[in-house]
Amino acid sequence: MHAEEKMTNETWPASPEKATLEAKNKFLGFWFFLGGETVLFASLFATYLALKDKVPTGDHYLAKDLFEMPLVFLMTMLLLTSSLTSVYAMYHMKNFAFKKMQLWLGITVLLGLTFLGLEIYEFNHYVHEYNHTFTSSAFGSAFYTLVGFHGAHVAFGLLWIISLMIRNAKRGLSLYNAPKFYVASLYWHFIDVVWVFIFTVVYLMGMVG
Amino acid sequence: MSTYAQKKGVGAVIWDYLTTVDHKKIAILYLIAGGFFFILGGLEAMVIRIQLAIPDNNFVSAGFYNEVLTMHGTTMIFLAAMPLLFAFMNAIVPLQIGARDVAFPFLNSLGFWLFFFGGVFLNLSWFLGGAPDAGWTSYASLSLASEGHGIDFYALGLQISGAGTLIAGINFLVTIINMRAPGMTYMRMPLFTWTTFVASALILFAFPALTVGLFFMMFDRLFGSNFFDHTMGGNTVIWEHLFWIFGHPEVYILVLPAFGIFSDIISTFSRKRLFGYSSMVFATVLIGFLGFMVWAHHMFTTGLGPIANAIFAVATMAIAVPTGIKIFNWLFTMWGGSIKFTTPMMYAVAFVPSFVAGGVTGVMLAVAAADYQYHDTYFVVAHFHYVIIGGVVLSLLAGTHYYWPKMFGTMLDEFLGKITFWLFLIGFHLTFFIQHFLGLMGMPRRIFTFLPNQGLEIGNLVSTIGAFFMAVAVIVLLWNIVITSVKNVKVGNDPWGDGRTLEWAISSPPPFYNFKQLPLVRGLDAYWIEKMEGKKEMTPAEPLGDIHMPNSSFIPFMISLGLFIAAFGAMYRVDYAWGLPVLVVGMAITLLSMLVRSIKDDHGFHIHKEDLIDDKDKGGKA
Repeated sequence: MHAEEKMTNETWPASPEKATLEAKNKFLGFWFFLGGETVLFASLFATYLALKDKVPTGDHYLAKDLFEMPLVFLMTMLLLTSSLTSVYAMYHMKNFAFKKMQLWLGITVLLGLTFLGLEIYEFNHYVHEYNHTFTSSAFGSAFYTLVGFHGAHVAFGLLWIISLMIRNAKRGLSLYNAPKFYVASLYWHFIDVVWVFIFTVVYLMGMVG
Repeated sequence: MSTYAQKKGVGAVIWDYLTTVDHKKIAILYLIAGGFFFILGGLEAMVIRIQLAIPDNNFVSAGFYNEVLTMHGTTMIFLAAMPLLFAFMNAIVPLQIGARDVAFPFLNSLGFWLFFFGGVFLNLSWFLGGAPDAGWTSYASLSLASEGHGIDFYALGLQISGAGTLIAGINFLVTIINMRAPGMTYMRMPLFTWTTFVASALILFAFPALTVGLFFMMFDRLFGSNFFDHTMGGNTVIWEHLFWIFGHPEVYILVLPAFGIFSDIISTFSRKRLFGYSSMVFATVLIGFLGFMVWAHHMFTTGLGPIANAIFAVATMAIAVPTGIKIFNWLFTMWGGSIKFTTPMMYAVAFVPSFVAGGVTGVMLAVAAADYQYHDTYFVVAHFHYVIIGGVVLSLLAGTHYYWPKMFGTMLDEFLGKITFWLFLIGFHLTFFIQHFLGLMGMPRRIFTFLPNQGLEIGNLVSTIGAFFMAVAVIVLLWNIVITSVKNVKVGNDPWGDGRTLEWAISSPPPFYNFKQLPLVRGLDAYWIEKMEGKKEMTPAEPLGDIHMPNSSFIPFMISLGLFIAAFGAMYRVDYAWGLPVLVVGMAITLLSMLVRSIKDDHGFHIHKEDLIDDKDKGGKA
């Protein structure tokens, strides 16, 4: 099978993300990339745990004073749901249903954007209400770096998925762009998994002290 | 002459190399850039040795000495040793597994240009207010106190070139897994391919730790964060951990491919199958795994406590076991072989005892209690130079002679090669053997001078004399390269006559599409098997067909250039108002270039089989 072949519903393979050699390479290479990303986030988590609540003076707010469950829970639900909707998108991609795939990707993007908006609100809230900033303490530096790296990944993922949707809007699916959609969705799942750990390690463990 | 190879003007050649995605041309780019930085790092080493030749010397100032020392280490590790290994990996590994190219030709080019711009950025510090001066390890308490922008050049330059290395690592992993020719099972891969594979996995899992550490360093110095500032709750030991979680696997990233090159050379010139092939593979994988378990042996004196020290000490000593397996396998490969002492083989024979010496001092240093005595003395300097020069640099010099005909189609002069070898080997041992004793006598490392009448004069003078031997050896090598290139006597597929692996079954240099038909691999040492059956070439595994090739691209250069510009902006943002816009423009160049790459379809092109048929002599050998 070639990437440039014009595909129909009948000729569309079961695993279009791995149908050509280029696609196989991209699939495997992206998994490796995510392996490297895992080490990156592991380093950030380790640093956060080492510097949690490490502040210069007693008048700084600590993790147990800062975090509020309702907001973080809402963010978690939004991101988890967006992972599910991206699964639906890939399901339709595998069934050669381009329009439906675009629709579910669109919903994924909207959920991601809402998550990002809430995160910006959250950071803004900490900075203005609690004076908890990137430069105020080692705790602040570690918190904003870990959660901010995740946020930057979300932002990049959104730009990526939106670019793919616009670029391919008029021409539908092919074996050339199917792997691109697929690895973008892998990336999105990875971001989601990282958030699950952030939710646990930063927020849940933060609230119990 | 093939239809695709035509004579080109100088401008066209430069443009070709700026945009190339061909692994063989990228190998040449790595060789030139890595060679340049190797000479630069060597000159810095000469400054160090001249300054330390006599006591109370004032050849350079203390501050400049710190910069030279830092840049020597940083340049040699990141900008010379690794890129030179990448040169051979790129040139040889795709051929050894019978692949058309690497899995991601575009990313291959991107990896090179990121490394190149990172290296140039780091070295521009010499002209822009001073180089980094906190040692190649750049421990945080020291580097945060360093004035000027030297450390910023270090953090940003290594960040950019590190991204290139990571990309190269992923590329080789996928290439080796997905692109092997029919019949090339894992346990038939040549040792250089195996070690490249394991080293690439180490790159993948080690470099992100450095990335994070460098981010923290950059944030602390340029954006006001407090990771390492204890007055704000920070912790300086975090840098040490992150640096060595990367830094120790880095040692194996360098030395494993060196082992691979020597394994191939030793079996080629002993004209024997590598002894204990499967145990060699096992030892390589085990060293790679253990390499991640030992980082804290660099931090025995940090104060992690006796339990942590004991665990890391034992883990470190355990690495001697798989390394010992390798040493004996090399010896047993030579034992009973019909050895031909070519220049590469002489390096290989010299490597074994030199590296063992470095390994023995390594086990000495692993004894945590004793390490309190050795720590930060010239004993450590002697140890790691025995490992890095005795292992890595000897392999790079061996590889240069061994693979030169495959990369450039002409043989380096053997007589000059042997002169280089003897000068370098004698110079190396002269320089560093005595440093063990200087260290045991208490000479601390990283000092810019020493006092007379403390028994350190003769040792230091001998060491400096040795360094000049190595410098002359490198000059002879450069002269060898020049006259070889001028003479340019073309050689055939298998110029050493004893090639065992697939790269020797193809013309020197290979055509740009590599094997015209993918070769059928029937066992370990695939080409040797065919030769033993009286055949001159590999059996093809497929009928002649169209070959799919990737398009050249200028985008990798632009992505890297954008980061290079952005790094200046990030650094000068704290001093000048124009810094921020430059940062934004640089990032915009990078992101827009990535966007262009994403939205512009790139299907590559096909070489039609009709054009391949009359191309008999070039790729036709398989």
